[in-house]
Amino acid sequence: MLVLSITAAIFLIVAGILAYVLVRYRARPSDGQGEQEPPQIYGSNQIELSWTVIPILIVVMLFLATTRVIYTTEHAQRPANALDVTVVGHQFWWEYRYPQMGVVTANELHVPVSDHAHPLPTYLTMSSADTDHSFWVPRLAGKMDLIPNKVNMMWIDPQMKGLYLGQCAQYCGVQHAKMLIRVYADTPEEFATWVEHQRQPAVDDPAVAEGRDVFMHNACISCHTIRGTVATGRFGPDLTHVGGRETIASGSVPNTPPNLREFIDNPANFKPGALMPPMHLDSHDLDAVTAYLTTLK
Amino acid sequence: MATQIPVNELHDQRVHAPRRLWLEVLHGWVTTVDHKKIGLMYIGYALFFLVIAGFEALLMRVQLAIPNNHFVSPEVFNGLFTMHGTTMVFFVGMPILFGFGNYLIPLMIGARDMAFPRLNAFSFWISAFAGFLLYFSYIGGSGLYGASSAPDVGWFAYAPLTARVFSPGHSTDYWTLALLLSGIGSIGTALNIVATIICMRCPGMKMSRLPLLPWIYLVMSGLTFVAIGPLTAAQIMLMLDRYVGSHFFDTQAGGSAVLWMHFFWIFGHPEVYILVLPAFAFANEIIPVFSRKAIFGYPAMVAASVGIGFISLSVWAHHMFTVGLGPGGNTFFTLATMIISVPTGIKIFNWLATLWGGKIQFTASMMFAIGFLFQFLIAGLTGIMLSVAPFDWQLGSSYFVVAHFHYVLVGGILFMLFSAFYYWYPKMSGRMLSERLGKWHFWLFVIGFHLTFDLMHVPGLLGMPRRIYTYEADRGWMIWNVLISSGAIIQTVATLLFVYNMVWSYFKGPIAGPDPWDAWTLEWSTPSPPPSYNFAEIPTVASRRPLWDLKHPEDPDSDYEIEQGAPPEPKEEGA
Repeated sequence: MLVLSITAAIFLIVAGILAYVLVRYRARPSDGQGEQEPPQIYGSNQIELSWTVIPILIVVMLFLATTRVIYTTEHAQRPANALDVTVVGHQFWWEYRYPQMGVVTANELHVPVSDHAHPLPTYLTMSSADTDHSFWVPRLAGKMDLIPNKVNMMWIDPQMKGLYLGQCAQYCGVQHAKMLIRVYADTPEEFATWVEHQRQPAVDDPAVAEGRDVFMHNACISCHTIRGTVATGRFGPDLTHVGGRETIASGSVPNTPPNLREFIDNPANFKPGALMPPMHLDSHDLDAVTAYLTTLK
Repeated sequence: MATQIPVNELHDQRVHAPRRLWLEVLHGWVTTVDHKKIGLMYIGYALFFLVIAGFEALLMRVQLAIPNNHFVSPEVFNGLFTMHGTTMVFFVGMPILFGFGNYLIPLMIGARDMAFPRLNAFSFWISAFAGFLLYFSYIGGSGLYGASSAPDVGWFAYAPLTARVFSPGHSTDYWTLALLLSGIGSIGTALNIVATIICMRCPGMKMSRLPLLPWIYLVMSGLTFVAIGPLTAAQIMLMLDRYVGSHFFDTQAGGSAVLWMHFFWIFGHPEVYILVLPAFAFANEIIPVFSRKAIFGYPAMVAASVGIGFISLSVWAHHMFTVGLGPGGNTFFTLATMIISVPTGIKIFNWLATLWGGKIQFTASMMFAIGFLFQFLIAGLTGIMLSVAPFDWQLGSSYFVVAHFHYVLVGGILFMLFSAFYYWYPKMSGRMLSERLGKWHFWLFVIGFHLTFDLMHVPGLLGMPRRIYTYEADRGWMIWNVLISSGAIIQTVATLLFVYNMVWSYFKGPIAGPDPWDAWTLEWSTPSPPPSYNFAEIPTVASRRPLWDLKHPEDPDSDYEIEQGAPPEPKEEGA
C-alpha cells in the first residue's frame, strides 16, 4: 500500500507536469514559422540537485520499509505446533507429504485453519523432482520456487475455512498451464478426520476385484502407489485415496467416473504433454479400472 | 575555434545515379563496408524479424483470448513464446539499435566511416546468420520430449529444462548456437562503436561536446562488453553439459539450476539497459529539436547514463526474488534496483525541463517521443513496485510482470524507435514520411498499446501466471484477455500502416533536403541521403550544436562553454 500510494503520487505529479508543459508550450501559429527560437536554457544545478536528492530520500524510505517486511516474513517465529508439509514439484503435478503423520497425497493440499488467538501455520518444505516449478496460491501467500537440488521454505496461515486456488508459476515444460493447485483449509476437527482417513490403507472392495487385477497387471504399478498392494511406483501421484479427491489431472477436471475413464484411456485428452502414456486398454478393462479407482475413497 | 562545415554539393543521388543491374546492386550491398549501408541492412533485417515476432505475439493473443482454447497446441504455444522473446531481444532489439548507431554515429561525430569497417560487415553478417539459424530450428530440431519443432524452453531457458533428458532434440542447440553467434556480432559492433567514438571525432569535438546519442551508445557498448561474456560462457557450459557430459546445470547429477539463473540474469538485466539506453539516446536528440531548445542539463544526462550503466550491473537477482536467496540477498537487490530509479528519474525531469519554455512542434516523431515519455514514466513506476521483493513473491512471474516489461519494451523502446524512424528516415532515404499517415499510425498504436498493456496488469493481479498456453474458465480472467487480444490486433493494423508509409514514401514522399527539421547536429549538414564519404571535407566544431552556431551567429552555443557544466546565465524558472 505504501509503495502503491508513493508511486501513484509520483505518477500524478509528473504526468501533470507533462500535460501542463504540452499545453502551455506548444508551438502556436501566431509564433510565426519558427522565426523566433525560444530562450535557450542549458541547465540549472540547484534544480537538478533537488530532483536528485528528493528521489534518493524516497528510495531510502521505501527501502527501509521493504527490509522490515522481508525480515519479518523470512525470519518469522515458528510456533511449536506448526504443521510440516513437504511439497515436491513434478512435471506436471504436486506431491504432498505429511512427515509428522505418515500421509502422502497429491494435488489437493489439506491444511488446518489458523486463527490469531491460536496460530496454526503450515510450513512447506519445497523441492523438485525434475525441473523448476513455483508454488503460488495468491490468496494465501506469495510464491516460492521449487528447484531441484535446493530446499526452500515458506509458510501459509489461512484464516478462513475454504478452498484456495493457485497454480504453478514457473515454466516447467509442455503442460505448465495445467499444473493447478487446490488448497483446502479445514477446521482443526475436519483436518484431524481427514488425516485419520488418509492414514488408512486402500479400500479393498471385492466387487471391483476385476478392475484391481487389471491395475495390478499393467504398467500402472510402476508409476503409482496404492498402499497395501503391490503397486509401489513413485513416478506418478499416490492413488491410495484417489477416489476421495474432488479433481483429477492436477485439478483440471472434476473427479467423475467418465472423466476418470477418459483420462486413463489417454491423459492427453485433458492434459496434452502429460507424462502418463495412453494405456491402450480395451473398453471392458477401462470400465473395470475406473470402477476400481472410484472405490478408493 | 569557430564551427566550420564545408558545404557539400546538394543533389538527390538517386536521380543522378546510373541504372545498374539488380545483380550489381545486390553485390554492392553484400560486399559493402560502408557504415550507412550496413546500418540500413541491420535495420531492414530487424524489421523483417519484427514482423515475424509480432506475428508470433498475435498468434499467442488469439490463443489466449478465451479459456481452454484449442487454436494452437501447448507444444506450439511454448515454441511461440520462446521464439517471440528470443527474436525480439536478439534479432529485433539489438540489430535495430546497432543499425541506428552504425548509421548515425559517424555522421554525428563528423567521421567518414566506423573505425573498423570490415569488422562492422563481419558483425552484421554473423548476427544475420544467427537469426536465420534460430529459425532453421523450425525445420531442423525437435524440442521438449521430442514434441515441437522450435526452441520451447523459454527465452531465459532455465536449467534443467534445457538438459538433454528434458529437451532431447536439437532445438535447444539451435537456440544456444544462435545466441552464441549473435553475441559475437554484438561484441564486434560494440567494440567498433567504442573505437569510433574515442578515436574518430572531428576536430573540436571534445568529449564534452559529443552529442548525447553517441555518448549513450558509448555507455551501451561498454555494457555490451560486460553482459555478453557471461551469456556466451553459459551457452558454452550448456553445450558441454548436453554433449560432453559435464554437470554445471545438470541437477540430476548434482549441478545447480540457480547457477544458470545467475549467469543468465547477470547478462539479462544489463541487456534491458542495452536496449533502453539507445531509446534514451534518440529522445535526447529528438525532444530538444522539436521543443526548439537545447537539452536541459547535458552533464547530468551524461552522468545519469553512466550511472545507469554501472548500477544496472548489480541488479540482476531481482529476477530471482522467489528463488530463495534468503533475506540478505533479497534486501541487497531490492536496494540496488530502487537506486537505479534515481538516475532514470533525473533523465525524465531533464526532458520535462527541456520541454518547459519551448515551442513544441507536434510532428509524428515528437508525438511518439511524448508517448515514450509518458509510458516510460509508468513503466518506471511499476518497476519501482517490482523492485520491492515481497511484491514479487506475489506478482513475480505473473502477467503483471509481462505488462511491466512490455511497457518498457513497447511503450518505451518501440515508441522511441518509431519516433527515430520519422525523424531520421528523411536523412536515410532522402524523402519525408507522410505526416498524415504518421499521425494515424500514432493514434492507432497508442490506443492498441494501452488497451493491451494497461489491462494486462489486471489478470496478473488476479493470479494469472505467465507462459501458460491456456487457463481455466472459472478464474475470471477471460474478459481481460479478450480486451488485451483486441488491442494486439489494433497494434498490428497500426504497424502495417507504418510499413506502408515507409514503402509509399520511398517512392512518392516529398523530397527532404539536407535539414528538414531545422536541427543542430552534424548529420543534418550532409545531403540526404549522405554520399558514401559523408563529408567532402571533415568539419570543425566549437560547441555541442554546430548547426545552431551556423544558423545563429549572433548567439552561438560556443559562447556559453567557457565554464563547463555551469549554468550560462541566471534565469527565472517558468519565465
